Amino acid sequence: MEQKNNNEDVRLMKGNEALAEAAIRAGMDAYFGYPITPQSEILEYFTREIPNRGGVVLQAESEVASINMIYGAAGAGARVMTSSSSPGISLMQEGLSYIASAQLPCLVVNVVRGGPGLGTIQPSQGDYFQSVKGGGHGDYHLIVLAPASVQEMADHVFEGFRLAEKYNNPAMILTDGALGQMMEKVVLPPEGSLPKVEKPWATTGKLKDRKANIITSLFIQPEKMEQINLDLQAKYKALQKEVRFEKIGCDDAEVILVAFGLSARICQKAVDLAREKGIRAGLLRPITLYPFPTDELRRLSEKVDFMLVVEMNAGQMVEDVRLASMGRCPVHFKGRMGGMIPNPEEIFAEIEALHEKQSASFVKEA
Amino acid sequence: METEELTNELELVYSKPETLKDVPFHYCPGCSHSVAHRVIMEVVQELGIQEETIGVAPVGCSVFAYHYMNVDMQQAAHGRASAVATGIKRVLPDKYVFSYQGDGDLAAIGTAETIHTVNRGENILMVFINNGIYGMTGGQMAPTSLPGQITSTSPYGRDTADVGFPLKITELVAMLPGALYVSRHAVHTPNAVRKFKKAITKSFEYQKQKRGTCFIEVVSNCPSGWKMTPVDTIKYIEEVMFPSYPLGDIKVPKDENI
Ligand SMILES: Cc1ncc(C[n+]2csc(CCOP(=O)(O)OP(=O)(O)O)c2C)c(N)n1
Repeated sequence: MEQKNNNEDVRLMKGNEALAEAAIRAGMDAYFGYPITPQSEILEYFTREIPNRGGVVLQAESEVASINMIYGAAGAGARVMTSSSSPGISLMQEGLSYIASAQLPCLVVNVVRGGPGLGTIQPSQGDYFQSVKGGGHGDYHLIVLAPASVQEMADHVFEGFRLAEKYNNPAMILTDGALGQMMEKVVLPPEGSLPKVEKPWATTGKLKDRKANIITSLFIQPEKMEQINLDLQAKYKALQKEVRFEKIGCDDAEVILVAFGLSARICQKAVDLAREKGIRAGLLRPITLYPFPTDELRRLSEKVDFMLVVEMNAGQMVEDVRLASMGRCPVHFKGRMGGMIPNPEEIFAEIEALHEKQSASFVKEA
Repeated sequence: METEELTNELELVYSKPETLKDVPFHYCPGCSHSVAHRVIMEVVQELGIQEETIGVAPVGCSVFAYHYMNVDMQQAAHGRASAVATGIKRVLPDKYVFSYQGDGDLAAIGTAETIHTVNRGENILMVFINNGIYGMTGGQMAPTSLPGQITSTSPYGRDTADVGFPLKITELVAMLPGALYVSRHAVHTPNAVRKFKKAITKSFEYQKQKRGTCFIEVVSNCPSGWKMTPVDTIKYIEEVMFPSYPLGDIKVPKDENI
């Protein structure tokens, strides 16, 4: 299965395994996790590879324990990661709030499955709100990356660690069961290509020439707690410049589809179908969900007839697209839920219907 | 007068260790937390391991342990101190790591973490302060509250038919192969303090050998939560707590078990 070309390390891999291999190559020091479908391959990969390649891997007794082990190890200065799927990520929310408040870098992977509740193991994007709006208690944000291919499953590990350590903030890769399970060609970055960063704040033992380092999220005086919040908000403002998105066929578009992750892949086909039928459709794919490409969406909303947001949920990101467009153009929504994946034809049908309706209303107005 | 002037002609026999910050404790008068803090830090000082020791503070009255203990510390979510300590120890296996938790923290909300940390035999020291009550939140019933004990959430006394018996988590963890050294102490008399200190010293020494978890319980008091004078709490500890929580070693390393 392994096919090497001269310089590049190209392989055919499952999304979850590409992500795990990338983490080892990104110099991950420790992984703590708990099994849950559809992401158990990540823990399995690490328990197989790490004993031979160095580092720490531990199967915790729960996701509550995993995220708190992450807190401890991140606080001790290690490059750390955990992964889970929706129900497990829900269990981690208290810990993530602590990590965000204590400003510790770490990477959390959510291979989303359909919910609510125990739900289904089929892919979903139902955890968008939980990921980009905070998730746990208090005012905080995760940095959220949304891969749309096996290649990006690997690349976003590097990007996630880099951003987390640059901003001392937890980063999340928000992906889904289909991307985790599908096999694709992937070019793997070389081992050790992500430089280590200095962490002078880490609890590695109090040296004589410095004060004791303390990792905490407790700031009992409201004046101090407000200041911490102001610092966090300033950080979130600063990281807006890290926003990333992909635009396909947007330049001449009269219709723009907005979708992330797996939905965006499907939308790409729907865009092609629309173009074949003479509808000038384009696709904006947010690669970072937080920060969100608000400015770009605002610009686009000024020049298109309408937008169609496609998600594998009941309509979550659509709220952020509507906020960005501020009523400058109609923003429609097409979604499937509970583990159902929309197909390009049904999205195209939606585009066609909306396009017709819009044209008719233009005629009426004229 | 400065300490030096005071002790000019005399021999200095007792002082604050460098491992304690020079700030007054916020604990209620007579509370065991201050004594327990001090003893642990004295041991860190005497073993010369201040630079290699990382502590984990819980949620509870001792949430601010890092205000006093002059070592690198992390403050954990309620009940998760031993998971946080695990995270630290796994990435810094040659450092000394200890957690410090109350009974609500360690034996209620954190029961799963407690049991699994010990079951894995994490090479850490877990200090367990058992005052039979939730001190910080104002004296509610704890898993360790005694039958009939009146608390703000058991105003008619702990009814064992309704809420079960005190959880003897120390005996429970002692059953696990991962536990190397499990011992119950108190800090209510100078003699008890000396024994507790010895147990803490041994625990740090064992930690170096990487043979499993050391778990030290302190049968403790809570003058405010129990609504007693500090002196009365000592009587209560001896007469009411010790029969349920008898002092002494519960498990010692095999090679010392002769
Ligand atoms: C998740 C969560 N639940 C509840 C609390 C509230 N709380 C703070 S301290 C505490 C009990 C602490 O009691 P104990 O562990 O016995 O320590 P003590 O204060 O007696 O030293 C509780 C319930 C919290 N901080 N977090």
